[in-house]
Amino acid sequence: MTDLLNSPVWRDLFVNSADQIPWYAEFVRSLLRFVIALAGGLGSVPILVWLERRLLGFWQGRLGPNRVGPFGLLQPLADALKLMMKEDITPTNVDKTLYYLAPAIALVPVICSLTVLPWNSSSDWGAVAPHLNVGILFLLAVASIEVYGVILAGWSSNNKYSLLGGLRASSQVISYELGMGLSIIAVLLMTGTLAMQELVHSQTIVTNVPIPDSNYSVWTQSVSAGFWNWNIFKLFPFGLVAAVVYMISMIAETNRAPFDLPEAETELVAGFHTEYTSFKFAMFFMGEYANMMIVSAICVTLFLGGYTAPWGILGQLPASWTFFPSSVLNFVNHVVIAPAWLFIKLYTLISFFILVRASQPRLRYDMLMHFGWKVLLPTALANVVLVATSMALQQLFGAVGHFIAVGIAGCLATIVLWVAYLHWKARKSGDEASRLPIRRESVVRAIAARMPVED
Amino acid sequence: MTLQALLSGQGLMFLFFAVAAIASGILVVILQNPLRAALSLVINLFSVAGLYLSLNAYFLATVQVIVYAGAIMVLFLFVIMLLNMGQANLNTSYRGVRTIIAFSSAIGFGGLMSAVALKGQPNVMLPADAMVTGSSAGSVEGIGKVLYNPNLPWLFAFEWTSFLLLVAVIGAVVLAGKRQQPSEDKA
Amino acid sequence: MSIPLNYYIVLSMILFSLGIAGVTTRRNPILIFMSIELMLNAVNLSLIAFGRYLGDAGGQMLTIFVMAVAAAEVSVGLGILIAIFRTKDNVDVDVLNGLKG
Repeated sequence: MTDLLNSPVWRDLFVNSADQIPWYAEFVRSLLRFVIALAGGLGSVPILVWLERRLLGFWQGRLGPNRVGPFGLLQPLADALKLMMKEDITPTNVDKTLYYLAPAIALVPVICSLTVLPWNSSSDWGAVAPHLNVGILFLLAVASIEVYGVILAGWSSNNKYSLLGGLRASSQVISYELGMGLSIIAVLLMTGTLAMQELVHSQTIVTNVPIPDSNYSVWTQSVSAGFWNWNIFKLFPFGLVAAVVYMISMIAETNRAPFDLPEAETELVAGFHTEYTSFKFAMFFMGEYANMMIVSAICVTLFLGGYTAPWGILGQLPASWTFFPSSVLNFVNHVVIAPAWLFIKLYTLISFFILVRASQPRLRYDMLMHFGWKVLLPTALANVVLVATSMALQQLFGAVGHFIAVGIAGCLATIVLWVAYLHWKARKSGDEASRLPIRRESVVRAIAARMPVED
Repeated sequence: MTLQALLSGQGLMFLFFAVAAIASGILVVILQNPLRAALSLVINLFSVAGLYLSLNAYFLATVQVIVYAGAIMVLFLFVIMLLNMGQANLNTSYRGVRTIIAFSSAIGFGGLMSAVALKGQPNVMLPADAMVTGSSAGSVEGIGKVLYNPNLPWLFAFEWTSFLLLVAVIGAVVLAGKRQQPSEDKA
Repeated sequence: MSIPLNYYIVLSMILFSLGIAGVTTRRNPILIFMSIELMLNAVNLSLIAFGRYLGDAGGQMLTIFVMAVAAAEVSVGLGILIAIFRTKDNVDVDVLNGLKG
């Protein structure tokens, strides 16, 4: 096994620490780390569900769940229990293999992506493979597999609403993945690395001081670093544009309101999981919420400094507290404070998305596609080019180069907005018929005609 | 000696993914239902990505999953669903004599090439230090440094590949895009 | 201790032959496409194996190009397929002989 263990892939994956321990011990330790990440990731799904329902209730002027447990905190558990106890119905004429496989395919990739998300900078208690050389590509690869769960669920259910929901979901996810990928590329241009851990470290100033006579090192965030170092504020308008593009694509990617067309209950019953009951539905549900967690965590890692504190001094216990043993100090810094910051940022971001859900109406499907392909994708593409321009000009002219790039961006934006305004005015004065977008109803009708109708 | 090699880390990875690749490859060729054949191909692509990992090409393994499993195969599934081929097996039946000839020629070709590969240069091994030091050739930096090096022949071809993709995008839109026909409602 | 290069080459040959068998026996163009993908993957595998064992980065570069070309091929090919399916209900390759003189 030594050859494999020494290969770069394996080293990136499992061997985080400098100390030499046997490969099976390393493996067990990685497994433990993964279990911790799993507990953090899937364990926060009930909290997320509760938070969403309470916040929605708050914004809609009602109470939300408040009966089971204090503040209704145990409501998600009760719901989960109810789902497990329900009868598991498999409709007749479904494609059994794929019908059973689909919920698993929807859930497993989400769990896989927990391996590379860093939640502290420790090499002993951290995530499994935060140093993976192709980290962010790995996340994109995993995200692209999730589509299969939706497609297969829609297809194998043998129900036209499911099929339409599945097709909608997959085309939506594929379309918005482009904008997402391009906004990530802008970040990669700024930071010059694909490894998640280095992405976090590039957004702060850290020193890693080894403690003498011990295996530990104290990780300290510099006081002169803070939220102003985050990628969202880097190269000023460009980082912000990338972040906004990512956040919009992220909502679309997780099929949430206002982009929840695949589950539009007024049109498609419940979309691709119409025919799913009991535990299989619970798996879809859990996968969806865990996916929301993961994409938000990626957003935090890429744009909002990951697990680092918004101001350096809040990132760790003061090193002057010598009445604690250094190992305890280290443990608290890594296992309590760093994940706490990550979760604070995560839940702030998620609350924002719940607010978006509570306040925005659902889009029409052609609007959704129009927005993804004709607005978001060109914006992200132009942003990547402008980031590259800014960086090249900065190499030539120093800091002035960035302002030249911003000037170019401003001119471009003005021209585009002006043309769009003229277009809009012309269309508004034209007749109604030319305004309406071409519907894809004939395709929909063709699919519906081919599917056998059971009921 | 070969047994010992197969029981090494790389060998075990090779064994696992090779068996998976061959089994799913056979399923791609014999399954009647296009959707299931497509899913077998997805498994095959994953196994090949695993084989890339065993060769330390981990950037390409990821790209394989993103491009093939994430984009190309989803496109296949889309078209299969759109044309509703999942249930209609009409187009997939074999024809007796042609099938026999085809399979025997495929087996003959594969056997011949395998014999050549096994006889020609027996036992080309990795250089002794390649495993331990682990060349960075498979990482993102390694790929980028070779691909964008103007002294190597790849940069020009790479630029033209982007042009090829642009042409393909336009071609696909033109081919599959909706035509404005006067009587659209006859279906 | 590594496994010999030959193993990868033989595996690649097996996958390639499976692709050939698929292309020649299938009559549904989508399945023919998928068999072609199988063959391309077999070639990619042998390219990467050669590149790794002979210490040449060219194998991986060629694989990148093959992937790009495969993506282009599939997008155009499936576009053609949809266009054919719009005009004919049957996509059997034996029936699509409209260019026959």
